[in-house]
Amino acid sequence: MKSAVIVFPGSNRENDVVDAIERSSGKKPILVWHRDTDLPDVDLVVLPGGFSYGDYLRTGAIAARSPVMREVIRRAEKGTAVLGICNGFQILCESGLLPGILLRNASLKFICRNVGLKVETSQSLFTQRYQTGDVLSVPVAHGDGNYFADPATLDRLEGEGRVAFRYCGTDGSVTPDVCPNGSARNIAGIFNATKNVLGLMPHPENATDPLLGSTSGRPLFDSLVDALA
Amino acid sequence: MTGKTAAAERPKDLMGLSEEEYGRVLAILGRAPSLTELGVFSVMWSEHCSYKSSKKWLKTLPTTGPRVICGPGENAGVVDIGDGQAVVFKIESHNHPSFIEPYQGAATGVGGILRDVFTMGARPIANLNALRFGEPGHPKTRHLVSGVVAGIGGYGNCVGVPTVGGETNFHASYNGNCLVNAMTVGLAPADRIFYSKAAGPGNPVVYLGAKTGRDGIHGATMASAEFDDKSEEKRPTVQVGDPFTEKLLIEACLELMATDAIVAIQDMGAAGLTSSSVEMAGKGGLGIELDLDQVPMRETGMSAYEIMLSESQERMLMILKPDREALARRIFDKYELDCVIIGHLTTTGRLVVKRHGKVEADMPIQPISAQAPEYDRPWTATPAKPKIEAASVPAHDPATALKTLMACPDLASRRWIWEQYDHLVRGHTVQRPGGDAAVVRLPGSSKGLALVVDCTPRYCAADPEAGGAQSVAETWRNLTAVGAKPLAITDNMNFGNPERPEIMGQFVGCIAGMRAACTTLDYPVVSGNVSLYNETQGQAILPAPVVGGVGLIDDVGKSIDLAFKAAGEAIILIGDTAGWLGQSLYLRELCRREDGAPPPVNLAAEKRNGGLVRAAIEGGIVSACHDLSDGGLLVALVEMALAGRRGFALESKAKGDVPLHAWLFGEDQARYLVTAADPEPVLKSARVVGVPAIVIGKTQAGTDLTLDGRNLISVEDLRRLHEGWLPSYMAQEL
Repeated sequence: MKSAVIVFPGSNRENDVVDAIERSSGKKPILVWHRDTDLPDVDLVVLPGGFSYGDYLRTGAIAARSPVMREVIRRAEKGTAVLGICNGFQILCESGLLPGILLRNASLKFICRNVGLKVETSQSLFTQRYQTGDVLSVPVAHGDGNYFADPATLDRLEGEGRVAFRYCGTDGSVTPDVCPNGSARNIAGIFNATKNVLGLMPHPENATDPLLGSTSGRPLFDSLVDALA
Repeated sequence: MTGKTAAAERPKDLMGLSEEEYGRVLAILGRAPSLTELGVFSVMWSEHCSYKSSKKWLKTLPTTGPRVICGPGENAGVVDIGDGQAVVFKIESHNHPSFIEPYQGAATGVGGILRDVFTMGARPIANLNALRFGEPGHPKTRHLVSGVVAGIGGYGNCVGVPTVGGETNFHASYNGNCLVNAMTVGLAPADRIFYSKAAGPGNPVVYLGAKTGRDGIHGATMASAEFDDKSEEKRPTVQVGDPFTEKLLIEACLELMATDAIVAIQDMGAAGLTSSSVEMAGKGGLGIELDLDQVPMRETGMSAYEIMLSESQERMLMILKPDREALARRIFDKYELDCVIIGHLTTTGRLVVKRHGKVEADMPIQPISAQAPEYDRPWTATPAKPKIEAASVPAHDPATALKTLMACPDLASRRWIWEQYDHLVRGHTVQRPGGDAAVVRLPGSSKGLALVVDCTPRYCAADPEAGGAQSVAETWRNLTAVGAKPLAITDNMNFGNPERPEIMGQFVGCIAGMRAACTTLDYPVVSGNVSLYNETQGQAILPAPVVGGVGLIDDVGKSIDLAFKAAGEAIILIGDTAGWLGQSLYLRELCRREDGAPPPVNLAAEKRNGGLVRAAIEGGIVSACHDLSDGGLLVALVEMALAGRRGFALESKAKGDVPLHAWLFGEDQARYLVTAADPEPVLKSARVVGVPAIVIGKTQAGTDLTLDGRNLISVEDLRRLHEGWLPSYMAQEL
């Protein structure tokens, strides 16, 4: 699997995802600086976590208009797999590749801790190594992770099987009190209509190493290797 | 130049200089200073920049060792950790600005200490902080906690450096002066450390980073005076931080540092362009000429005085090799940061500052440091407090006492704080906040660093020497408890007004205790910071010599934490228990007494007991370890139970003739708790080296905590109390 990780000014989890991809695929992704207008020929493009452009204006808003994003959007429309994590998810929403938007956390505070995450579907190139209904433990680290879309959009996402992950309790229960940020219907990650683009707030890349605790983010990267290698 | 025409007329405002100090300025210049020159002397001779009250005593601390590459005097300390790598670290206070404007004060405190570390060529890999606030009931406390925590998180999270540890205390003595101490730890190739000593007359002086504005002018002077009821008016002296620019500055500097372009580099911290230019040229025995018209500015009409004294953030000053200009510019262009030549080095030994073609300052550099005031301030020793006999202290029901202690402001869970910090970014955090010490893996290696900050101000106030030694010893113990070999410390000396002999006495006493501990434990001081004048209207803080400790773990997979791992394991208490209740939290929280002598520190016992524990962890014969500190034995046991979600059965027969409440809650030093499926190997090795070690109970399934077979309380009930206090307080429910 050939992959590229886009680095914006202010990205800060690019090396975390590079390490995770390398653990699963044995190959180091190519780092691409945001000013580059042509992307190398790759199977997977990753938009990593961080504070691109300092979160100024709105999270992800400036990065979504960065030179490299025109090419990312073009590739995504042609079917290349695109994974946006945390700030990457915010950028995908701002660029129009995914519906909805990420608002300030309901608590108005940055939150960093492991959360329960329920796999809503194993029917995707990102989640095929999971079973639908699996309960994962994966960290979140964000101040703006409160997913919002109008009810019609939420209904459509659910109806089309495009909700990838929801926040849940340790027993898999999906209730508002286990949602760390106030997201609509506990949504933590969603696909585009063709399911080659995934955006999610939690950090599966920080749950791939047994020394650091949970490894339940690892199958996401293994799934991509299976699908794209 | 204005100074020359103003003849010997004394300015109305000496900008914090004393009459005697102003006399020195006149003698050095042979004339009255210009406004800009007076500003330079004022900040360079401020307590904050010159250490004039503390230098005499700081010099007595041990600062060398076989692993020390660079001790105090540079931007940060550097210690060899083998395999061609060095750890670079320092702690620094931002107390005064944080009290005036908590969010920006704390945020720029983090920004400043990060720059101190990456200016030496190190990639910052972890942040820690030590915070002290007034009593919870004080009207300002909640506002300060909220702002400081948000500021630390806002900056650290954005730059992508994990905030992995810290400590927070509450005490009425901090009502008018909170303490915000921030520590950064970085990693650098041991043979590529960058220093601030300028070299090569004619070499260009390059300004890097953010533009200069009017923020923070005279911040260093402000931080060198007491507060009065007009402190609010000092808000314009607080700087404003931009972590996004800092992140770019880190990446640009590290990229440039990988080349051979740099002669010397220093961040513009306190006293901004003044201290960076004077210190760099001064260390190199050279002169420096600056054309301030070239300085990138974000405001119009700034005078030479304002430019030289601005403390705008995210700026660096660098001496570049003459033919590497294009290379530097290419890298800084990539990150869209300013990289501008604003002057050059000279052989004159003078600082010459020009603005609009006019010389605004022309002064010799060497005397600014060589003839800086240094005071041997009078001091009086803190009177010794009597020892409090345990038998004279009321015995409260253990379960009741435990409920009070676990939910008291100084022992309640800090989760509300550290969950607002990204403690995982970079993907190497092996032990997260909440344990004895944080553990961070070194990328691409099986090694790790253990990191901690600690201090017990109530001990320091009662007996500065014992308290100073205890602060050092506790960090050493915390590092040991996760299996690390303690390497070195950085210290942040927070005290009141040094012009008062009793405050100076606290400082002298704490230094003596720290010196003894650092010497005995082979644990040198490699960097540090002094913050004096932490007083408001004559009320001084409890003295806080905060210690940041760094330890090395050869195999990070062998590091252990404090959580009980399984039911039925033996719990072993290591170290002597005399039942010392003086200055204990039991005495304060249950008996409402802040009284007596603090626990004595036996450094030989610390060293012996710690050595045993470290060997046991390295040998894999213990499953969990926790050091005993605030609250004593029973509190430490509960912390292990909370982390492991398991109960314990404690037997008190080991207490001998120590009263039960003193055995459970006394704060005797040099003690650890460990668990082991088979206690015999631990007990045997303890016998060999003559360390007291005794089995005091076992872990058990379920949530019950029992004492001599009697049920005390459920660990889950304690969790609710322990976790509940801070969130409820911050939500204004208390």
